[in-house]
Amino acid sequence: MKITLNVWRQSGPDAAGSFVKYEVDGVNADMSMLEMLDVLNDRLESKGEQPIAFDHDCREGICGACGFMINGVAHGPEKEITVCQTHMRSFKDGDELTLEPWRAMAFPVMRDLMVDRSAFDRIIQAGGYVSVRTGSAPEANATPVIKDNADLAFEAAACIGCGACVAACPNAAAMLFTSAKVSHLGLLPQGQPERDKRALDMVAQMDKEGFGHCTNHGECEAVCPKGISVNFIARMNRDLLSATLRSTR
Amino acid sequence: MTLDGKCPSGPIETAWDRHRFNMKLVNPANRRKYNVLVVGTGLAGAACAATMGELGFNVHAFCYQDSARRAHSIAAQGGINAAKNYQNDGDSIHRLFYDTVKGGDYRSRERNVHRLAEISVNIIDQAVAQGVPFAREYGGLLDNRSFGGAQVARTFYARGQTGQQLLLGAYSALSRQVQAGTVKLHTRTEMLDLVVIDGRARGIITRNLATGELESWVGDAVVLATGGYGNVFFLSTNAMGCNVTATYKAYKKGALFANPCYTQIHPTCIPVSGGYQSKLTLMSESLRNDGRVWVPKSAADATRDPNSLSEDQRDYYLERRYPSFGNLVPRDVASRNAKNVCDEGRGVGHEVDGQRRAVYLDFRDAIKRVGKSTIEARYGNLFHMYTKITGENPYETPMRIYPAIHYTMGGLWVDYNLMSNIEGLFVLGEANFSDHGANRLGASALMQGLADGYFVAPPTISDYLARVGWGSQINAEHEAFKVAKGEANDRIQKLLNIKGKRAVDSFHRELGNVMWDKCGMSRTKEGLEEALKRIPQIRAEFWENVNVPGDNKGVNQSLERAGRVADFLEFGELMCLDALERAESCGGHFREESQTEDGEALRDDDNYCHTAAWEFKGVDTTPTLHKEALNFEYVKLTQRSYK
Ligand SMILES: Cc1cc2nc3c(=O)[nH]c(=O)nc-3n(C[C@H](O)[C@H](O)[C@H](O)COP(=O)(O)OP(=O)(O)OC[C@H]3O[C@@H](n4cnc5c(N)ncnc54)[C@H](O)[C@@H]3O)c2cc1C
Ligand code: SF4
Ligand code: FES
Repeated sequence: MKITLNVWRQSGPDAAGSFVKYEVDGVNADMSMLEMLDVLNDRLESKGEQPIAFDHDCREGICGACGFMINGVAHGPEKEITVCQTHMRSFKDGDELTLEPWRAMAFPVMRDLMVDRSAFDRIIQAGGYVSVRTGSAPEANATPVIKDNADLAFEAAACIGCGACVAACPNAAAMLFTSAKVSHLGLLPQGQPERDKRALDMVAQMDKEGFGHCTNHGECEAVCPKGISVNFIARMNRDLLSATLRSTR
Repeated sequence: MTLDGKCPSGPIETAWDRHRFNMKLVNPANRRKYNVLVVGTGLAGAACAATMGELGFNVHAFCYQDSARRAHSIAAQGGINAAKNYQNDGDSIHRLFYDTVKGGDYRSRERNVHRLAEISVNIIDQAVAQGVPFAREYGGLLDNRSFGGAQVARTFYARGQTGQQLLLGAYSALSRQVQAGTVKLHTRTEMLDLVVIDGRARGIITRNLATGELESWVGDAVVLATGGYGNVFFLSTNAMGCNVTATYKAYKKGALFANPCYTQIHPTCIPVSGGYQSKLTLMSESLRNDGRVWVPKSAADATRDPNSLSEDQRDYYLERRYPSFGNLVPRDVASRNAKNVCDEGRGVGHEVDGQRRAVYLDFRDAIKRVGKSTIEARYGNLFHMYTKITGENPYETPMRIYPAIHYTMGGLWVDYNLMSNIEGLFVLGEANFSDHGANRLGASALMQGLADGYFVAPPTISDYLARVGWGSQINAEHEAFKVAKGEANDRIQKLLNIKGKRAVDSFHRELGNVMWDKCGMSRTKEGLEEALKRIPQIRAEFWENVNVPGDNKGVNQSLERAGRVADFLEFGELMCLDALERAESCGGHFREESQTEDGEALRDDDNYCHTAAWEFKGVDTTPTLHKEALNFEYVKLTQRSYK
C-alpha cells in the first residue's frame, strides 16, 4: 500500500517545528507502525537526510518508551495498544496519517516525535515506593494479601509510564498515571504505613511539574494502552481527602 | 595470566556465609566519600545502585533510555525462580542448585550457582516487601507455576509481566535513593568507554544522548550491568537498543570476555514476515503443553492451506523423533529440529529471501479434546497477542512459529566477587558470564540479576573499596580521561564524516544474517571460518560506506545506532572465534561435528570442561585465549537425553 504521512519535524527543543509530508509506498500490512517509519528512515538516511526521531525500545508494548499521536489520537486508532504494536493493516492504501508528538507543558518536545517525560520519574521519586531497605524484608508469606486486592493492585501496577493519558487529556493532567501508582501501593498491606504521605507528596510533585487538573473527561482511560481504569483516580482522591483531614487534625 | 575464580573453599553450603564474614567493611561515615558508577538500570543495575545508595555510598547510575524504568528487564514474561518450597513438592536450595548446573550443561562454576540458589529466597521476600504484586492463591499466599527444566513448581510470577513488576520494584527502590540524594540518575546517557588507571577501573566516558555532550565520570569502582548482546544477530527478542558497547569497550581495555559463543535460542517466537522486520516477539513456551508441532511431509505442500492437509500428509517431527518428551523437549532441541525441517525445504509461511522459515504449532486436537474455552482460559492473552501481530486467528489456523535469539550466557569474565580481571570493575546480570553455563533455565535470569544487584555485589564492592581506601587524587583532568574522551570524540567525528551510501541498519542486518547462518542454532568449522572472513569485509565496507546524517549536537539516533553497530561488527568476530575454538557441543552451542548417532549434542568433557576467556590484542589481531578449569565436586557430569 501507499501511505501519506504528515510528520512533525522539529530539530531541537528550542527550534520551531512544522509538518513535513512524506509518501511511503510499498507498505506491507504486516509491518508495525514503527517498522514503516524504519523503512522511511532508512531511505532518508541513505540519502544523507536526518531520520525522524522517536523513542522506542522493546517494540512489544511493555517498556513504555514509544508513543505519539496518530491523526490526533494517542497511540493511534486501535484500543489498548501502543504505537509499536499498531500494525499497518489497521490502515488502507492511500490513507493519510498525521504523526505528532505528545503535547503538554510538562513534556517538552526534544526532537520530532520525541518528548521529555522525566516529570513522571520525579513524581515517582516524590513517594512512589515502600521504604524498605535491602535485607530488611520479612518472610514473604508472613503477610497474606487478599487475592482481590492483590489482583487489583496488579492492574494498577501494569501502567507502563508512556504518557498517553497526559497527551489525551484536554488539561494535560497526570492523574491516571499518578493514581495508578498511589492505588497499586495503597491496596497492599506493605504500602499502608506511608499511604497518606505518599498520596500527598506525589500529588504535590504532579502539580509542581505543571500538569493540569482533572475535570473528569475520561480521555485518559480511552487511550491508555494498559486499560488503566479512571476508578483509580477516584480512589486516589479519596486517599487525598482522608490524608488531608488526618494531617490537619 | 592465570584465572583465579577466588571461590572460597570448604563445604559449599556455608561458603558464601564464611566468605561474607571475611570481607572488609567501610565505616558508615566514610561511605559517602566513595563514588560508585553503576552503568545500567535493569534488574541488576537498579538493585545494585539502590542498595549501594542505602548503604550511604555516593552513586551515579546511567542508562540509555529516557527513564530507568524502561531497561530491557521490563520485557521478561514468565517468572522468577526461588527455592522457597512453598508447594511442599520437594524443592530445596540443593535442588535448584543441581537443576541449574545440569541445565547449564556443566559449564558453570558450582560455587557461584550454589550462592545463587541460596539467595533466591531473599529476593522474593525483598520484592514482596516492595509491593511487587505477585500472583496469589485464594488464601492470600503466593502462587507458583512450573517451568522448563524442573520437576517442581518454584516459579513466582505476576501474570505475563513478571519482569515488569520486578523492575518497577527495583526502580522504586532506586527512586527512593534519588530522592534521598544518595543516587544521581543520568538517563539518556550512553557509556562509550571505560577508563583504567594503574590497572584499576577509575571511570567512564559517556555521551549525553539529548545534547551530544561527552562527559568524564570518575569513580572508585565501576559496575557494568548493561545486559546481553543478543542484538548482534540484528533480529532477536531483545529491545532495539540492547548493545554490547559497554562490555566490549571494557574488553578492549583489558577485561576478559568469557564464552561469547554461548547464546540461547527460544523455540517459540513469531516468525519473520518480511525484510523490514525489526525484532522478533517471544510467545511463551507454555504453548507447547497443548500445541502440536508439525510441518508437511512433502515440501510441495508448504504453501497449501494447513487445514486442508490430512493426517498422513503431516509430519509431527518432535513426537516422531522423541517419543517420550514429544513436543516438550528442551529449548535447544526443539529449535534445532525446526531449523532442520526448514533446511529440508518443508518450512511454511511467508517466503523471505527465498526461504520459508516457520513450522506449525497446532491447537486443533487440543481444542477438540478440552474445548475452545479451556484453551482460551489457558492461552487467551497469547493468542490475542499473536492475532495482533499476524492478523491470523490461531483458534482456526495453526500458529506459525520459529526459533529466535533470546539470551546470551556469555559475558565479561568475573570472579566469585563479580569482579572482572580489571580491579574495581564489577559486572552484574546478563552482562557477566557467571551462573548459567552453556544454557540458562527459564525464570533464572531475573533471579540472577536481582541476586547480583541486591545481595552479592554490595558486600563485595564494599570489601574492595575498604581494601583500596579513598583519597586517591585522580580527577577528570587525568591524562587517561583526556585520551579516552578524545578517542570517543574522534570516533564520532569519523562516523559522521564517512557520508557513504548505505543506512546504518543495512549493515546491522547483513551482520545479523551471517551470525544467524553461521553462528546461530548450529555451527560448523567451515561455516565459522567463512563468517570469520566475511565479518571483516562487512566491517571494512561499513567504515567506508555508511551514511550517518547530522552532527553531534543534540539528538542523533543514527549516530547512536552507528556506534553500537560498529562494536557489534568487531564483537561478532570474537563470537565466531570462540564457537570455532570450542569443537564440542554443549547447551546452546551445537557443533555439527560433535553429535551422537541420533543427532543430539555431544559434550567433550576431556577437552572442554573449562570457561574460555578472551583477551583483546587489537582489532585485526587474534585475541589470546585463557582457560579457567571447571571442577565438579557436588554434581556428577552426565550426558543429557530426552528420547
Ligand atoms: C522477551 C524476553 C522475555 C524474558 N523472560 C524471562 C523470564 O520470564 N524469566 C527470566 O528469568 N528471564 C527472562 N528473560 C531474560 C531477562 O529478562 C534478562 O536476562 C534480564 O532482565 C537482564 O537484566 P539486566 O539487569 O542484566 O540487564 P537489562 O535489563 O538488559 O538492563 C541493561 C541496562 O543497561 C543499560 N545500558 C546498556 N548499554 C548501555 C550503555 N552502553 N550505556 C549506558 N547504559 C547502558 C540499559 O539502559 C539498561 O538500563 C527474558 C528476556 C526476554 C528478551
Ligand atoms: S496510565 Fe496508561 S496512558 Fe498513562 S502512563 Fe500509564 S500506561 Fe500510559
Ligand atoms: S517500544 Fe516499548 S512500549 Fe512501544
